[in-house]
Amino acid sequence: MNPETKKTLIDPLINQNPITLQILGICSALAVTTSVKTALLMSVALTVVTACSGASISAVRNHIPGSIRIIVQMTIIASLVIVVDQLLKAFAYDTSKQLSVFVGLIITNCIVMGRAEAFAMKNGVKASFIDGLGNGLGYSLILIIIAVFRELFGAGSLLGYEILPLTTDGGWYQSNGMMLLPPSAFFIIGIAIWIIRTWKPEQNEEPDFKIHESHLHSSAPENH
Amino acid sequence: MIKSILALPNDSVKKTLTVAFALCLVCSILVSAAAVVLKPMQEANKAFDKKRNILQIAGLMEEGKSVDELYKQIEARVIDTTTGEYAADIDPQTYDQRKAASDPKQFIPLKKENDIASIKRRAKYTSVYLVKGSDDQIKSIILPVHGYGLWSTLYGFLALEADAKTVVGLGFYEHAETPGLGGEVDNPNWRAKWVGKQVYNDSGDVIIKVIKGAVDSSTPEAESKVDGLSGATLTSRGVENMLHYWLGKQGYDKYLNKLRTTKGGKS
Repeated sequence: MNPETKKTLIDPLINQNPITLQILGICSALAVTTSVKTALLMSVALTVVTACSGASISAVRNHIPGSIRIIVQMTIIASLVIVVDQLLKAFAYDTSKQLSVFVGLIITNCIVMGRAEAFAMKNGVKASFIDGLGNGLGYSLILIIIAVFRELFGAGSLLGYEILPLTTDGGWYQSNGMMLLPPSAFFIIGIAIWIIRTWKPEQNEEPDFKIHESHLHSSAPENH
Repeated sequence: MIKSILALPNDSVKKTLTVAFALCLVCSILVSAAAVVLKPMQEANKAFDKKRNILQIAGLMEEGKSVDELYKQIEARVIDTTTGEYAADIDPQTYDQRKAASDPKQFIPLKKENDIASIKRRAKYTSVYLVKGSDDQIKSIILPVHGYGLWSTLYGFLALEADAKTVVGLGFYEHAETPGLGGEVDNPNWRAKWVGKQVYNDSGDVIIKVIKGAVDSSTPEAESKVDGLSGATLTSRGVENMLHYWLGKQGYDKYLNKLRTTKGGKS
């Protein structure tokens, strides 16, 4: 694999992660992470859609009229999402029932649109496919981390297998109900962003404004 | 021809229209092909899921036996809830009650004062599932029920013994109540509390109640009371209302009455 391709694939995992750096696709990250199984399936679905839509949009990019650019991208993405949804209903019925509307909502997931507009419109088919794959995997990584915490502490299990026996079933672990509710995903995403930005301080944005020093009642030495 | 269009500038009207049309054509073929090819598998999944739910709620699941094998003891019928009679002209295998409940030709809107389960309309015909023993006697009756909880409509089945008043099981296969609170309707411990409860009294009124806290077995009618779910008052109330609706005059009351009087309900 040449270094350019490798960079396209690996960068979105941590350095350019769509969730923790670009803060995209948060809504589905809250909704489908109550169990690892649904998170895994959602990850696969989104990765497939992002990669395939990137490749198909890139293939016709030189013939897309600028005036209907966005709607062309949407049509391609929507068609792929419907196909993925149909496949899930045929081959993974139980999990597709749990994912319910969220597979359909991949259409509106900012990551897919974002990669189509930012990358696939300007790059070749292969590069776009790899880019979609990388971003899908970056999303998957965060989704699975959140789901592991939520399922383990909320339901005492992983992938449905009991890890911490619950008090309601005669065990010792008092489950944390909040972990099963959407706010807990916010906390975990927040903590993940904190950890990543402590490790890689270059991800910190410049503050939009600074508090002027003369407004601070401090005896810090003046150096403007 | 294709070449000459591709050679046009991207923003020309002709090319814009051609690209839009070609794209829609390709995408629609892709989508409809997927839908048509996968339909039989999806239908099979759906049917299997329903069978499994019915068996689970009626407590008929056995280790090592396939769902299809176990489902052989169940006979699906369609009844007219207004009269309580079997509807002879509807095929129970293909009748889809949930579809019928949203088809204006097949549903009856409910008056607000009658609509205790907040379901707004009911299908004229409903499915019932009879578990039959070897001598063709009814062993239990499985009734589809649904009603509104806190966030969502709960869909499930209520299984009654042949006396048409003792609960064999109650369970829901589709709902979106809060996990850990209302979602505890799926908890096997709570579901076990329903087994053996009496839904009707001797004069045929629906008396089943979901109460706050635990049931004291020394109180009168303890056999018709079930512990409410803690922290889920509205879901518990929803379940109670649903049972009152479906076991009442709008629901299966007439049918169950007939079943009781004909002893064993040979049909």
